[in-house]
Amino acid sequence: MDTPAILEKLKQHFGPRITGSNLEAIDPWVEVAPGALPDVCRFLRDEPELRFNMLHCISGVDYLQTDPKKKPEWGPHLEVMYHLSSLIHRHRLVLKVLLPRWKDNVERELPEVPSVSGIWKTALWHEREVYDLSGVRFQGHPDLRRILCPEDWVGHPLRKDYQMPLEYHGIRGK
Amino acid sequence: MVLERVDPELVEFDVRTDELMVNMGPQHPSTHGVLRLVLRTDGEVVREVIPYIGYLHRCAEKIGENVAARQWIPYTDRMDYLAGMNMNLGWALTVEKLLKLEVPERARHLRVLIAELNRIASHLVAAGAFGLDLGSFTPFVHCFREREKILDLFERVCGARLTYSYITIGGVMADLPRGWLEECEAFLASFEPVIDDLHALLTSNAILIRRTAGIGVLSPEMAVSYGCTGPVLRASGVDWDLRRDGEPWCTRTYDGYRFEVIAQTGGRYPQDAPYPPVPAAVVLGDSWHRFYVRMLEVVQSVKLVRQAMDYYRKSPPGVGEPLRLTQRLPKGEAYLETEAPKGQMGFMVVSDGSAIPWRARARSSSFCNLSVVSELCRGCLIADVPAIVGSLDIVLGEIDR
Repeated sequence: MDTPAILEKLKQHFGPRITGSNLEAIDPWVEVAPGALPDVCRFLRDEPELRFNMLHCISGVDYLQTDPKKKPEWGPHLEVMYHLSSLIHRHRLVLKVLLPRWKDNVERELPEVPSVSGIWKTALWHEREVYDLSGVRFQGHPDLRRILCPEDWVGHPLRKDYQMPLEYHGIRGK
Repeated sequence: MVLERVDPELVEFDVRTDELMVNMGPQHPSTHGVLRLVLRTDGEVVREVIPYIGYLHRCAEKIGENVAARQWIPYTDRMDYLAGMNMNLGWALTVEKLLKLEVPERARHLRVLIAELNRIASHLVAAGAFGLDLGSFTPFVHCFREREKILDLFERVCGARLTYSYITIGGVMADLPRGWLEECEAFLASFEPVIDDLHALLTSNAILIRRTAGIGVLSPEMAVSYGCTGPVLRASGVDWDLRRDGEPWCTRTYDGYRFEVIAQTGGRYPQDAPYPPVPAAVVLGDSWHRFYVRMLEVVQSVKLVRQAMDYYRKSPPGVGEPLRLTQRLPKGEAYLETEAPKGQMGFMVVSDGSAIPWRARARSSSFCNLSVVSELCRGCLIADVPAIVGSLDIVLGEIDR
């Protein structure tokens, strides 16, 4: 199936929970409301015409312009991107979830999104990585620990406003 | 040859002991870098494996947000340092996808030529180190001798032996030096008999078969669910190779090339060369098959290198202009996966319209391939853990980035 047909099918099933899309992009993407993510993903995996059986990558992208001279077109937010494909039908799709940078605008409270690790096992480690580096809490993940940084690391390095610690266990930073 | 396998659980039943946590790594020779595995063992049986990674984390993605797209190429070299050319190719194609940039014909064939040579080198390390993990030293030396010749060829092309930065956005850095093709042909001619030696030393070696047959069986469903790719996926019988099945941006590089995807379909491997037969004791998706798939892929890569040399000779001069550092990238996102030796290596570039990417992302194939290790090692013997980890052929530089 091509992406417009997939989008049409998703819109039929989920209506307003599909919150946006861009079919002209280089990799066409569909934006999903965070709460609908597990349902959409399970549908994408199990529907006979779709069968997205492989999750390739989960990436967190922080949209915060730290340069005061630049005027971005978007407000500060965080995107989590899911790159899916079907080895059976040979089609691809990108799912996006838009999140606030902090939950309820409280600094240091991580935004939350439901985990898809029960649907694709790839998510087990990729969600840990996004949590570690981009600071997104995946609800329902069985073992959400840091994966690349040490367990006692402070902050999430791929946030645009991340500050290198001055000191870590006697090692000078910065 | 029929092997009788005794369930380790039955053997251990009489001598049940207390559970013991055994720390393996991060400086263990058979963990291929700085991987730390914590094994929860019950006698000789491994109940649980907890991998700890990140010892080689060098903030590559954060650096990618602070340098121009072309300046990130040296950092991709340091991800999979056993296949730097393939890493360069992945990132170059991703940025070219964003820029909708075509490379000259000669650069395309040079990319295939170099990337496939690097695949041979990477698979040689995998095969040699796998033998080393299982206690046979000789094949390792044979493999490294051949790999050394490939590194010598690369040194003549770009001056570096491991971190090449040769394939660049817009083409390749330089044309081949004079006389290089003859040297490469001489290498291929001397290398082909070595493949048979390696088959004799490893593939049909009774000890190796006993150590790997039926060990760490990965079902195709589990492989796909965990996002395992490359030889690990194909060894489970999934016929999938991005050089043939990928996005046009990836397959276009291989337009006009003939090669077989090595995967057992319908109970047999593609037979276009006299490979040693599959022993009766092995199970599809076990450690032996993962090793075997790599050995057969080497032959395909040799064929691809030969074709690439022919195409190269016929192509008009001009290897492309590298992207200027000040060149602004168009707004948008591009994600592309390419078939690297270890699996599907994905890169993503997000651009806000400036020359420096807003976000550079690397999806590591070894990262996903390793994540399945705790499933594979559950219930195996301690001595089988190196066999399983070795058969996955991971590189920690790529996992930790």
